[in-house]
Amino acid sequence: MIKYIYGDALDAFPKLRDTMFKDRAFQFKERLKWDVAVTDEGHEMDEYDALNPLYMIYELPDGTHGGSMRNLPTTAETMINDHFTNLTDGVQIISPLIWETTRFCLSPKVGKLASRVAASVCLAGCEAGIQFGLDSSVGVFDARMVHIYKRIGWEPEILGASDEGKDAISAGLWALDEASKANICAKSGISAEEVEGWYNASFPSISSSDILVA
Amino acid sequence: MVAVTKLETFLDVLAGSQTPNDIQSLVEGLRESYGVSNAVYHAVNVGPMPYAALTYSSEWMQYYHDQKFVQVDPVVKGALRQFHPMDWKQLDWSGRGSREFLGEAITAGVCNQGLSVPIRGPNGQFALFTINDNCSDDSWEKFSKEYKRDMMLISHYIHRRVVEIIVPEDESDTRSLSPRETDSLRYLSLGFSRGQIADKLKISEHTLRVYIDSARHKLGALNTIHAVTTAFSRGLISF
Repeated sequence: MIKYIYGDALDAFPKLRDTMFKDRAFQFKERLKWDVAVTDEGHEMDEYDALNPLYMIYELPDGTHGGSMRNLPTTAETMINDHFTNLTDGVQIISPLIWETTRFCLSPKVGKLASRVAASVCLAGCEAGIQFGLDSSVGVFDARMVHIYKRIGWEPEILGASDEGKDAISAGLWALDEASKANICAKSGISAEEVEGWYNASFPSISSSDILVA
Repeated sequence: MVAVTKLETFLDVLAGSQTPNDIQSLVEGLRESYGVSNAVYHAVNVGPMPYAALTYSSEWMQYYHDQKFVQVDPVVKGALRQFHPMDWKQLDWSGRGSREFLGEAITAGVCNQGLSVPIRGPNGQFALFTINDNCSDDSWEKFSKEYKRDMMLISHYIHRRVVEIIVPEDESDTRSLSPRETDSLRYLSLGFSRGQIADKLKISEHTLRVYIDSARHKLGALNTIHAVTTAFSRGLISF
């Protein structure tokens, strides 16, 4: 299942937190050879993790990380606006209706479950966008991810790319809407109800009359 | 004739808002146009002093201050750490202090339903926009569905204008337009279609839309025409 967790609440899920940052180190530092910093504990973390992002994390039955991504509003500091405007013709993408999604990561442990986990994380992003009234999410990603997004059924609009071939870094824009959600659901076999269930469990709502019952 | 949306009406008033008093009237106007009981914009750390434009009674504001309710108010607590639009029913009301606070707030006319939009800007800039009303959970749900996006936009447009008014020297959030954005606006002003502009700039129409939206937001403009005229009046584009 997916959990939506803000950075400052990660400490309530130490196993999930530590395995996520370790899986990120493996994916971005070791496998993709990105120039990212890894702490002594083996956690890949950067200055955007310090901005209290909203993480969407797939939790495996043993409580460890299966896959995740990280979200920040584009009205404040984002990776793409701070470091990758070379991919967007110099345009700073700033909108209350666009969030930045970064560090899309899968645990090497998930094996056969990989496509289901990846689709779940994407669905979690879509659902948040729908629930919060957003338009799209923007992000910088590795060219090798392109076919994964294609398989999931959530292809980004490419705003620009650094290079051609397998080392290319691209800036992409993903629509956060019912059509994308339906498409990913259809391809993955995950039901819309399940996705809404994740959202409702992370952002529980009570009735207004219950609030006042002391 | 095309019906003028509530958002367009708001934008017209926003365009003429030049002073803190104008912002106060703008916020008061939201009550009528959206049919809600209260609207609040609060810039916590934007200028040298906190700034607020709101429709609550001054008695309630004084009482809130005297009772130090800010320490138990779940809206404040939630908005400080989160950045998604928050329905009040999703906040943490489990503390006794929070519930007692709500009881007093409702007695003072604050209402049982609310939607609060945290606003994040560069360098830790933080503001908060709230609307609230007295109604059933069902009607509030319906209202939220229809107008959540309006509220997201309104909160940010008020914020942008307030930053311009109270810290005119701060340009960090205006972040001048890139050549791509000014090109897009200039071609629009010349009457080219989006398809033609995308061809000229060698980008897809979708990418063009993102660039125009981005420029619009930086200029505090709701529609493209307004973005173009604003860019002209600020000398950002010319023929």
